[in-house]
Amino acid sequence: MMAKTGKISRRKFVVGGALGTLGVVSLGTILFRNPIRRKIYEQVGAMDNISYLGEGVEPMLWFEITENNLIKLYSPKVEMGQGTFTGMAQIAADELNFPVEDIQVEHAASASGNLDAFSTGGSTSIASLWQPLRELSATFRVMLQEQAAKQWGVPSGEIEMREGTAYHQDKTKTYAEIASVTKVWDVPDTPELKPVSDYAYVGKPIPRVDLKAKVFGDPIFGMDAEMPNMLFGTVLRPTQIGARLVSLDKSEILDMPGITSVVEEEEFTAIVGRSAHEVLRAKQQAKVNWEVDEEWTSARIKSMLEVGKGKEALIQKQGRDVETDNQTLELAFRTPIGAHAQLEPNAVVADYKENQITLKIATQVVALTRKEVAKATGIDEDDINVIPTFLGGGFGRRLHTPHAVHAVLMSKAVGKPVKYFFTRQEEFQHDMFRPPTHHILKAELNNEGGIEAVRHDFCSGDVAVDAALLPPVLNHILGADVGAMRGALCQYGAIENIRTVAWHVDLPFATSWWRSLGLLANTFAWESFMDELALKTKQNPLEFRIQHIQDDLAGQRLKAVIQKVGEISGYQDKVVDGVAYGFAASTDAGTPCAQVVKLSKEGNQIKVHKVFCVMDPGLSVNPDQVKAQCEGAIIMGLSASLFEKMEVEEGALTPTIYGPYQMTTLKTAPRDIEVVLLQGIDQPGPVGEPPLGPIGAALGNAIRRLTGERPTNMPFNLS
Amino acid sequence: MTISFYLNKQLTEIDVEDGSTPLLWVLRDTLNAKGTKFGCGKAACGACTVLIDGQAVRSCVYPIQLIEEKQVTTIEGLGNPEHPHPVQIAWQEEIVPQCGYCQPGFIMATAGLLNENPNPTDDDIDNAITNVCRCGTYYRMRKAIHKAASLTQDESTSEETTELETKSAE
Repeated sequence: MMAKTGKISRRKFVVGGALGTLGVVSLGTILFRNPIRRKIYEQVGAMDNISYLGEGVEPMLWFEITENNLIKLYSPKVEMGQGTFTGMAQIAADELNFPVEDIQVEHAASASGNLDAFSTGGSTSIASLWQPLRELSATFRVMLQEQAAKQWGVPSGEIEMREGTAYHQDKTKTYAEIASVTKVWDVPDTPELKPVSDYAYVGKPIPRVDLKAKVFGDPIFGMDAEMPNMLFGTVLRPTQIGARLVSLDKSEILDMPGITSVVEEEEFTAIVGRSAHEVLRAKQQAKVNWEVDEEWTSARIKSMLEVGKGKEALIQKQGRDVETDNQTLELAFRTPIGAHAQLEPNAVVADYKENQITLKIATQVVALTRKEVAKATGIDEDDINVIPTFLGGGFGRRLHTPHAVHAVLMSKAVGKPVKYFFTRQEEFQHDMFRPPTHHILKAELNNEGGIEAVRHDFCSGDVAVDAALLPPVLNHILGADVGAMRGALCQYGAIENIRTVAWHVDLPFATSWWRSLGLLANTFAWESFMDELALKTKQNPLEFRIQHIQDDLAGQRLKAVIQKVGEISGYQDKVVDGVAYGFAASTDAGTPCAQVVKLSKEGNQIKVHKVFCVMDPGLSVNPDQVKAQCEGAIIMGLSASLFEKMEVEEGALTPTIYGPYQMTTLKTAPRDIEVVLLQGIDQPGPVGEPPLGPIGAALGNAIRRLTGERPTNMPFNLS
Repeated sequence: MTISFYLNKQLTEIDVEDGSTPLLWVLRDTLNAKGTKFGCGKAACGACTVLIDGQAVRSCVYPIQLIEEKQVTTIEGLGNPEHPHPVQIAWQEEIVPQCGYCQPGFIMATAGLLNENPNPTDDDIDNAITNVCRCGTYYRMRKAIHKAASLTQDESTSEETTELETKSAE
């Protein structure tokens, strides 16, 4: 990253710049290369105070030291609850030698250049930032140290950098004091990084850096964003799948209180007015005629979506196929359409000016959003500043935010900033859903009770196929949907004969990314099937798994989490006093996770007493937040397994509100969850999605053992 | 019409054309108290929970015309970093929030529950707190609710709570 030694004044470093809007003075700003040419404006305040070498060198704003010796760290990743800001602060603090509580992590606006070209998703944030952020931080620290050496006229090696201050004998200078008088910076080669064992913050369960903001109700979300003189807008959306607007009584809408405009664009029609309440009321009362070619039903969707239908792709081939004559077991599984149901509706504020657009938006895709706005308006991407807010839940719902374009076009039409957000009904009906799936698993057993051959066929709607985020060339691997196939492959490499076949079907409504993509459904099918095989051969299900795991590093890590969860849960392969155990394991994006569910029946209801979870995500930068991700994923997976289901009735997706769309609440969430983290590799690995793998199957396996009946359809019908 | 009420103990007067306007939108967009969240607009998720005369109420379906003379407490008035409410102390100690969007609603619902029932059992909690959290922070929340109950009892608490308790007892 920083290969050359040399003085790079005004190349990679910027000094000065008042951040008027925040009322602080930025004394030092470190900029690193960005492959895309970009201007810096707004982010670092007054342009007069800023200089950088433009030609071919594109700066990215990472750090800023404020007058009172705080460091602002601008994050190219968005914070949606996963704790990335906290992990970043810990990583930076340890290499900067700076107190973690004095690092303020903020979202990088796209105009700052520090733009993630792809997304915040896929459980990749900390894993991908681990190396570059440590290198950036260490480099910045050495730059400060060398400046202190110059300012004092002493050898750099005699200076100690500690807690945001440089020390030499009895002299001290804070980082802010060093930066404030530096005009020319030396940029060294990337210094040697500290051994992880020397880190004070990495690996510690420090509280989230956004904890106070979230406990005291700070206005940090997309729904909370404002701009001066803004109006409110809302787009007319149909309740039925595929419906088109035929006509509306525009003059009646314009007569309603508080309504200022009806904006008619090729793609959409919107009502704009002075308050949220008034535009929502106008939308409710508006006389709008919709036309639909075909009324879809759940039954039709189900009949379309079956193994054997749609586009076929062989995605795993080892040895031979299962031979029908020798087949010992076949089971089929289904999962339903799932909604994201994140609590914060999609929201955006847009300000369109002749040559400049500003957006404040809750999005997981800053770069894609900017690109789409540029395309829709013809305004250059450099003149569009996308300012991300905190997300009131991501879960994949915001991996495409095309409503940004709607808000921009509304703002253009009315000449003022416009705030636009989804109603809850729209969130449920115009979600990009978790696709329904169908799975068939078949196996041959050998004389020793082991698996001789196994085959998994699964059928899914789109996850990554046609996703706006991916270029078409990337969204298929071997002709299959890379999202739908998460968790679809057999993780038991010691089995000699394996086939996995993907079937892809186009559905009449949008389906896409939902936390962990295909993992929840595929693992439910795989691990329920493995459990049934263990029962059939009268083997302990943990040992049955272990004997089919190959002996490489991935296999060793998977075995370790399985053994550990057996140990902490006291797994029993029989029902004891009405309490049953269920076990399952998965490997997602390289992170193995094993879970045990302990439950009983109370009346007609399943009561989950405790969930045990052992995961090996490599190095846990913040073990408390890794555990929080496990707890959340477990509860989200229980909710999907026990309750959640979208139907299609009379052409419309339903239900459209919480409650009827039943989800886990305090009453149905397990009162106890125990998470143990192992570390099988030295660096951080994926965290946020892998723990969603085993939970559905672990729950189903416990129910199977308790009741004798195998749950094969989500949500499980227990009556 | 002009309506006056107490927002976080401050006498507040507003002019509204439509008395059916939900309290939520008045708080958020007229009075700029954005800690109270819009989640569903139909009292189904609890993200908009505030205290009205000490009781937890879902403000997205509460018509502003009914608020006359009442005491409204929002997350901004419950406590602040210097003087946190016991529920906010417990929430920080248990590191409850993830995305954080539903949290003010849960915190207000918990404050309302403790006003009525200072030492709730698990079943009391299950029945009283029916808000929705998508990140799945329930496990930590339950611990925080119990902790807040014990803090409330230990300290005989802050001024605000005492006042609210008195108010709801009336």
